Amino acid sequence: MKNNKYTPVIGLEIHVELKTKSKMFCQCDADYFGKEPNTNTCPVCLGLPGALPVPNRKAIEWTIKIGQALNCTINKSSKFDRKHYFYSDLPKAYQISQYDQPIAVNGELRIDNYELENSKKYRITRVHLEEDTGKLTHSGVDSLVDFNRSSVPLVEIVTEPDFDNSEDVKKFLEELHTIIKYLDLSDANMEEGSMRIEPNISLSIITDKKERMKNLPKYKVEVKNINSFNFAKRAIDFELKRQAKILDDGKTPDQETRGYDEDKGITYSQRSKEDAMDYRYFPEPDIPTITFTEKQIEEIRKTIPELPRQKMQRYIDDYKLKSDDAFILTRSVETASYFEKVISNLIKNESDLNIGKQSIEQAVANVIVNKRIPTSGTVKKFIKAFKVMFKKITVDFTELDKVIAAVISNNPKQIEQYKAGKAGILGFFIGQIMKEMKGQAEPQEVKKKLEEKF
Amino acid sequence: MDLFGKTVTQLRDLIKNKKVSSTEVWDYFAKRSKKYNKDLNVFLAMPEMEPDAEKGELSGIPLAVKDNFCTKGVKTTASSHVLENFIPPYESTVTLKLKKAGSRLLGKTNMDAWAHGSSTETSDFGPTKNPWDTMRTPGGSSGGSTAAVAAYLAPAAIGSETAGSIRQPASWCGVVGLKPTYGRVSRYGVIAMGSSFDCPGPITQSVEDAALLLQRITGKDPYDATSSDVPVPNYTFEMKKKRKFTIGVPKEYMKDLDPEVEKKVREAISEFEKMGHTVKEVSLLDPKYSISVYTILQRAEVSSNLGRYDGVRFGTNRDIFGKEAKKRIMLGTYALSVGYYDAYYKKAQQIKTLIIKDLKRVFSEVDLIMAAPTPTTAIKLGEFEKYAFFGETMDKLNEAAAVAGTPAISIPCGLDSNGLPVGLQIMGNYFDEGTILSAAHQFEKETNFFDVIKIGREKYRD
Repeated sequence: MKNNKYTPVIGLEIHVELKTKSKMFCQCDADYFGKEPNTNTCPVCLGLPGALPVPNRKAIEWTIKIGQALNCTINKSSKFDRKHYFYSDLPKAYQISQYDQPIAVNGELRIDNYELENSKKYRITRVHLEEDTGKLTHSGVDSLVDFNRSSVPLVEIVTEPDFDNSEDVKKFLEELHTIIKYLDLSDANMEEGSMRIEPNISLSIITDKKERMKNLPKYKVEVKNINSFNFAKRAIDFELKRQAKILDDGKTPDQETRGYDEDKGITYSQRSKEDAMDYRYFPEPDIPTITFTEKQIEEIRKTIPELPRQKMQRYIDDYKLKSDDAFILTRSVETASYFEKVISNLIKNESDLNIGKQSIEQAVANVIVNKRIPTSGTVKKFIKAFKVMFKKITVDFTELDKVIAAVISNNPKQIEQYKAGKAGILGFFIGQIMKEMKGQAEPQEVKKKLEEKF
Repeated sequence: MDLFGKTVTQLRDLIKNKKVSSTEVWDYFAKRSKKYNKDLNVFLAMPEMEPDAEKGELSGIPLAVKDNFCTKGVKTTASSHVLENFIPPYESTVTLKLKKAGSRLLGKTNMDAWAHGSSTETSDFGPTKNPWDTMRTPGGSSGGSTAAVAAYLAPAAIGSETAGSIRQPASWCGVVGLKPTYGRVSRYGVIAMGSSFDCPGPITQSVEDAALLLQRITGKDPYDATSSDVPVPNYTFEMKKKRKFTIGVPKEYMKDLDPEVEKKVREAISEFEKMGHTVKEVSLLDPKYSISVYTILQRAEVSSNLGRYDGVRFGTNRDIFGKEAKKRIMLGTYALSVGYYDAYYKKAQQIKTLIIKDLKRVFSEVDLIMAAPTPTTAIKLGEFEKYAFFGETMDKLNEAAAVAGTPAISIPCGLDSNGLPVGLQIMGNYFDEGTILSAAHQFEKETNFFDVIKIGREKYRD
């Protein structure tokens, strides 16, 4: 939403649960989904007296990987901190998180046009690692807590307040989601809550971007735990309207945390500034500082696969794909890899195929994007279907003439109809002839011949 | 056979050579513990029956363990009502290692609640009495463990230190108490007090036993990220090496002492000189800095560590926290609050770095540092109430090593005019427990100062 008076100022916090084998600080299974409550726990993730956290190395490396994929600087030395607050799903009364030395800082993510100069850049402030909490369920007067999720590794990605519209937020989130899926380190499943979004939203009266960033609005509203990109967009749009109305009345919206009601499509107040928490951060004494050498960091970088934007660029540059097709194909790593498997196989017998002037890659892309052959089957099946679809035609003209003559004489009724002016009946003849020819004829050629005959 | 006064090493050999059965040993200590516990209030929990034990170097040895070590299936309270009904579903690394070595848990010993204190009087289950004089405190917070060894209710015990909680009560009870290097012994399963200081260690009747037990409990633990992978030497072997040392005596640590304590400590140090070691005066940062640094950092960690006992999962209500714990939670919360963090916590961390540098500087000149572990001998029960920061004052001579994480031992070095034991503190460099044990062992073998231990337990002979 953009109206004349105000420009939106939107920043994002995104939580991504990692799918490591074990939890962040203990050896319990990190895959808690669907398990019977409190069966996936141990002294550490229950915060029992005397239990100590031991950080999961894989989770740290994966966070570095996310940081690298988001073009961040990786801190060679980072540490964990305790973030204190009381809540019944937080067994230690503090969450082990990262405060002033996160794993990665100062990154960027680009959306829209694949060409660098024409794309939109959004700055990433930091990427840090923390532990998830347990889960509360309320039923009647009882509140039940399940610690199966407690201490599952959670990566928090924080952006600068660079967004000025909800559409870009949605595109950014989709791009980020795709990258995470490419990195194959999280299910990033929105419904199961393994990716959660918290936009913070305010409105500025300053139109110049530089000036606006220097003088951010004096308030911001954070909307908590949104689990769909569309909800994020809707929540933002709702907030922008709500805040504009308050500003129009000459007031300033309250700095607060709000929830999002998916059914009603509205946000509602949860916690005001007066209740703002002092988390009393201090360095986690149970975990020594984590250090990485340049070499180790580079080794991790080597494990990053080709990311969607790079892939898209390669498809356009090397395969001469239309950028729309390249975009669609690279949205999911599965589709892209399916596409690549198909073309690597077909490239060998390109000359046997009737694809016209387009590249074989563009032909395959077309078929996949337009769903002309389903990609749900095996690559082998797809290729078979593709070869049939694009088989080179060798026309036996003597045979064709014979067939045309036969079809005409076998269908006198239809000829009557044609002569009576029903031109559409021509299609019937073409179909019959193509069938008799087992596809070995050009429909256009057949049409021409028929018209001549009639 | 009369087992009275036998050390762990002696009992181990007797059992090994079948001179006595492990059941006889168990019954002997179980009986004594029950008998004297009424007077001394040492044990909070004692197993009803002789526990099953594994075979190992400590086969058949009963040990007393401070009540802040989680023991699977055995109530563990840290002497607080808050954990009155807490039966841990898991075992601490230290007690697990001891179990695997064949030892048996004789009982859980009383302590200052949450280890907050230096007299065992903040325990919610009543104070432990000093076996030398039951009108006096044994010191603390490992007072139950040191009293158990002093009265020979157990041949040895396990305690823990945050700053002085092994050395100070060992000194007041006239036994041997070793605080290892931070990270040398795993903290897993030890109810956290000051996480960056907490350090389990042995309390024994001989230096040899200290070496023996340390060997069993030390080493890198996959469950404690702060445990060290520095190779573990053979402590008994190191202890037996008769090396000559350069000993530093920090002048800042010899002031404001009870004159009798100072006299005994100086006498002990001159014994070392007679034994051929070099003694020289050195200078360390005034212990008053350690008090401030330690107090702030420890309170901050306490306020964080005790947050989980919010009444949702443990205990019934936070009101049942004792006065001392409440005071510490408040001070620590304050020190970590926005706007105060830099002035307190951060500043304290900076000074901690200076204390580490200071000790490293002195250890580049000397092998060991000797001083008193505490300015006085055991004080009367109730007297601690007179001090605003009683523990911190009583432990000021222990705090530098606690803050820096270096190892130190307290060994007996005589009696004052009230007949109360005086301790000598020997501090060493990081991971140099071997040198400390060697010096202490030479002193034990070549002088008769360790007779203090015999004198102490004598009135508990049946």
